[in-house]
Amino acid sequence: MSEIVKKNLSEIIDLIKKKEIKSEELANLYIDKVNKSKKLNSYITTCFEHAIQKSKEFDKKPNLNSLLPGVPLAVKDLFCTNGFKTTAGSKMLENFIPQYESTVTENLWKEGAILLGKLNCDEYAMGSSNETSYFGNVVNPIAKDTVPGGSSGGSASALAADLTPATIGTDTGGSIRQPASFTGTVGLKPTYGLCSRWGIVAFASSLDQAGPMTKSVKDCSIMLEAMAGFDKKDSTSIEKKKENYSKNLKTDIKGLKIGIPKEYRVDNMPKEIDELWNKGKSILKDLGADIIDISLPHTKYALPTYYIVAPAEASSNLARYDGVKYGYRSSKGNDLIEMYENTRSEGFGDEVKRRILIGTYVLSSGYYDAYYLKAQKVRQLIKKDFDENFGKVDAILTPSTPSSAFKIGEKTNDPISMYLNDIFTVPVNLAGLPAISVPAGLDKKGYPLGLQLIGKTLDEQNILNVAYAFEKNCNFKNEIKNWWL
Amino acid sequence: MSIDKDKIKHISKLARISIDSKKSDSLAKDLTSIFKFIEQLNELNTDKVEPLSSILNTPLRSREDQINDGKIRDKILENSPKKNEEFFVVPKVIE
Repeated sequence: MSEIVKKNLSEIIDLIKKKEIKSEELANLYIDKVNKSKKLNSYITTCFEHAIQKSKEFDKKPNLNSLLPGVPLAVKDLFCTNGFKTTAGSKMLENFIPQYESTVTENLWKEGAILLGKLNCDEYAMGSSNETSYFGNVVNPIAKDTVPGGSSGGSASALAADLTPATIGTDTGGSIRQPASFTGTVGLKPTYGLCSRWGIVAFASSLDQAGPMTKSVKDCSIMLEAMAGFDKKDSTSIEKKKENYSKNLKTDIKGLKIGIPKEYRVDNMPKEIDELWNKGKSILKDLGADIIDISLPHTKYALPTYYIVAPAEASSNLARYDGVKYGYRSSKGNDLIEMYENTRSEGFGDEVKRRILIGTYVLSSGYYDAYYLKAQKVRQLIKKDFDENFGKVDAILTPSTPSSAFKIGEKTNDPISMYLNDIFTVPVNLAGLPAISVPAGLDKKGYPLGLQLIGKTLDEQNILNVAYAFEKNCNFKNEIKNWWL
Repeated sequence: MSIDKDKIKHISKLARISIDSKKSDSLAKDLTSIFKFIEQLNELNTDKVEPLSSILNTPLRSREDQINDGKIRDKILENSPKKNEEFFVVPKVIE
């Protein structure tokens, strides 16, 4: 097996720029490994013919000044790709072929990247283990009986297994950062509004953000630079100039103030995670940062708030799947209403139905104030916690997840224990802030664990810099043994 | 809040999802535990707190009311489960 696929995105870009490898050769190397890696189930759709054709076109007339020159990339199957099936991991969209392209993927192709395939994910991005996908669960390449996390589990698995040099996911409550942590990779959720939501299958519109998943912090800065940007087609897109995250990346973090929130030291947290957190603090301290204890008092209410806000928005967004204009339609039912009810019953999986029902209930007449309005008020308090502390600190350091990757099937019968996976990631979505998960160590089983850096609104450059400095001094090494080949 | 079978029936009607009666017991149990979990919010007094509905500080942009696409009828029909020439086809609505 070629060693080239193991390389980081930035190294691959260098090889192309130095003309040491052609785009077509590169595409073929990844195609070869994807074909041998079906056991992981990380791809739903492959676009190999398209990738070869595009890479040939690139090699004929290479534009080496773009950010991702001739680089084949697979993306989460939640991004609409013109002419290529986009399933959102659901039976409902099993045969849906978008007639348009999402803004974020369009941005990647404009920078020279080439679509290689569509990656598995939890159904409509609802899940923390990639076990709710209609197309089957995904395996974490670190060990054959473990989940890759979710909902961007196919993205994390494919990246860690060298089936794509970098990828993109979406993060509504931790769906980029948790799988990144579980697979020893880097994942960044940008500030709400930095990356366009246009053409992404919607889950919870006030929380959804697309972001990069990569093998290194530098790669992450390159991908973010390519994806981000104002888009008039997204009404919540932030109007601002493009930033050169990769060029401005630096390791000097002297004098930066890093907050440590005491509320993230939760009950029953494994000792290893606490130790890892301490390791993170001492690395940043040695690099000249000031470590400051802070309090985010409403942290424990973030998850209950999320499980009102996200299902409420999801129930509204998913009302469009009625079997009329696109997607699955049931053949059963005597009238229009029965056709709707059977279509939605047969087309959605259990977790999606559960969340639609929660959302419908909290928005229903008589319950709106008690649940939805209450959650919006607590969301305000959670945001305020962050606002107040960002006067005192420049970034916040926490664990990314309360455990390492768990076993396939371990939590599927207990929704609450599954939801608790996102305890450290959800507050950031509610507050609209940027956060990055960066690999920090391995637990006793040899499974990776990540630390999370949370930044101020639009302060992506700062958390990338801290993560970059941390990465250089942490000596993390992923131990993936290609057991599935 | 405890969710029983009748409530499941009511919500599933609102959500236009038919629920198999065999599944409705386990669903009721799951939703009851989820609601118990989210009702932790009742510990907090939020009388004087403004609800947060958007994370952005600026109001949503408006645009000129201009047609900026059009002529995409065939594309829109491309994915329809059942169509007849330029129409979506649904089960009969009016007797």
